[in-house]
Amino acid sequence: MRATLGVFWDRLMEQRWLLPLLVAVGLALAFAIPQFRLVNNYVQLVMILAGINIILATSLNLVNGYMGEFSLAHAGFMAVGAYTSVLLTLHVFPVAAYPGLFHLAVLAGGLVTALLGLLVAIPSFKVRGDYLAIITLAFLMIVKSALENIDVIGGPRGISGIPRLTTLPLVFCWTVALVWLLRNFVYSSFGRGVLAIREDEIASELMSVDTKRVKVLAFMLSAFCAGIAGALFAHLLQFISPRVFDIVKTTEILIMVYLGGIASIGGSIIGATLYTILLEVLRPSTVAGLLSWLPAVVFDPLNEHFIRHLGVLRMIIMPLLLVLVMLYWPHGIMGMRDFRGIIPLRDRLAHRTATPRGATGHGAADSH
Amino acid sequence: MSEVSIYWLQQVLNALQLSSIYALIALGYSMVYGILTMINFAHGDVFMVGAFLCFLAATLLDLPFVPTLLLTMTGAALLGVLIERLAYKPLRNAPRVSAIITALGVGLFLENLTLAFYPYPQNVPTLIENVNWNLGGVSLSSLQLIIISLSLTLMLVLDYVVQRTPVGMAMRAISWDKTYVPLMGVPVDLIISITFAIGAALAGAAGTMYALAYPVIDPYMGIMVGWKAFIAAVVGGIGNMRGAMIGAFILGGVEIMVVAVLPSTYRDLVVFSLLLALIVIRPHGILGQPRVQKV
Repeated sequence: MRATLGVFWDRLMEQRWLLPLLVAVGLALAFAIPQFRLVNNYVQLVMILAGINIILATSLNLVNGYMGEFSLAHAGFMAVGAYTSVLLTLHVFPVAAYPGLFHLAVLAGGLVTALLGLLVAIPSFKVRGDYLAIITLAFLMIVKSALENIDVIGGPRGISGIPRLTTLPLVFCWTVALVWLLRNFVYSSFGRGVLAIREDEIASELMSVDTKRVKVLAFMLSAFCAGIAGALFAHLLQFISPRVFDIVKTTEILIMVYLGGIASIGGSIIGATLYTILLEVLRPSTVAGLLSWLPAVVFDPLNEHFIRHLGVLRMIIMPLLLVLVMLYWPHGIMGMRDFRGIIPLRDRLAHRTATPRGATGHGAADSH
Repeated sequence: MSEVSIYWLQQVLNALQLSSIYALIALGYSMVYGILTMINFAHGDVFMVGAFLCFLAATLLDLPFVPTLLLTMTGAALLGVLIERLAYKPLRNAPRVSAIITALGVGLFLENLTLAFYPYPQNVPTLIENVNWNLGGVSLSSLQLIIISLSLTLMLVLDYVVQRTPVGMAMRAISWDKTYVPLMGVPVDLIISITFAIGAALAGAAGTMYALAYPVIDPYMGIMVGWKAFIAAVVGGIGNMRGAMIGAFILGGVEIMVVAVLPSTYRDLVVFSLLLALIVIRPHGILGQPRVQKV
């Protein structure tokens, strides 16, 4: 029975129509949920946040996982995308009359951020490893500090009164499109270059990989996605300030990436979704609701000593989770592997002939 | 003396006070980097815990300055060793990125744990009677004098320990070579723990002094000060202890001068831009040795 199920599962996973079907169902749901109020607003908000987090985690994974660098700049890129798009929707585009212009603002946010990605990409030609991490950190701090010092855009107070234009179908479309873009990049010849740089930059240079070009592309693509995510995030939150995009935000995205596993698009999707849900589930009201079936003898002391303090406790649990994942589960959930549906068919076939057993993705061996 | 020169002398004194605190923290970053080539991003938060230990010792135990300082340094040293043993040691052979991420996680954990106990900024009581001396127009407080002289003493002691004692020799040996030094009978684990203990104790001392000089403390204070100290270590050449001290004095000087000339909100912008420029131009810092990459 199990064997039959296994064969069925394998066959199902091989089907070319599976992924398009899933996306189509998801798209239909994304439109149907707000239209027919299938779930309440809170669950919708969590779904939107999960989508934004998926974009952030997948794009950071391109630099930190596939390319093997350590970038801390992602929150800074988000900030640039958020501020650019917000300034456009508030002051330039008549969004109230033409809501379609919002898409243009989001795109502009992404493009401006991609240009700034160059600022990080160019030092990466010379500098690697720890020092590149410091450069990305300095970039993050400079962005935050610069935003705090420009009084026209609110300075440290930030901008409030942003129209709420981010909707579930929109986030769904952006998430699918950007994940698709990143997946295609990773499995293109540029993506091979990215992997080669991670394994050995000098060797890949000798093997005629144009490392500079690959790095610029990877950093700009990653920044572009972060900018889009920032724009969507700002029009969801309706309030932004430089403090929203500090090192803590970057750490959150890092947790998602490493929880899901490096060099894995499926892993980033799982990691980001899991992290978003976990953060919401660990709210006192949610946990109290989930455990309310317990008898009062058990529930009351539990509530008194544990659940009521979860608002603070979850802030302690999250970094602890990151440390524990790194210590006991350094590959994360899907490290260096991926769903079969995500890996292009030619790669799957090539891999099957090379190694008959084991469904790992590209055969890159990391130094783990 | 003229008005202007008195003003600048005063600024130099202020810069010295800030720089000595940065230097003590920067030394911890540099020592750990020198021996493990790992950036201990939780170090700034050990400094923060030091400031809170000082606060606890002064309020709960009602201790005077010297016992508070000793207690804080001991507590911070224990915390440093604990972090090293629990979080970093298992990752010594893992990819370097794992250790960096773990350090970030530990730092965030310490911040939020402290936040759970102290959600609001706390006021540290004065432990040193404040006496102001007027030296030809320049005012020097007893606190400033203690901070500067104590930091210099600690740095001299550290320099002596590293350059002249067997433990220091073992530290330098491990940072030189990790394969053969253990074969010579050097207890690597012990030496690494001692390095963390010394670095954390210095951060604890810095926390105490910071809490006395700027007496409102909060759980997130370690982030910015920690990064600044880290910049100081990088500017001087990370892994090089004398470089860390020089870097700290350059950074403190730049910060105070920026604030003296520009609005104070520009401080971080200028400091981080300088860091960016320096890393691109001279990645190994002022006293650091450039690493030669072999193929």
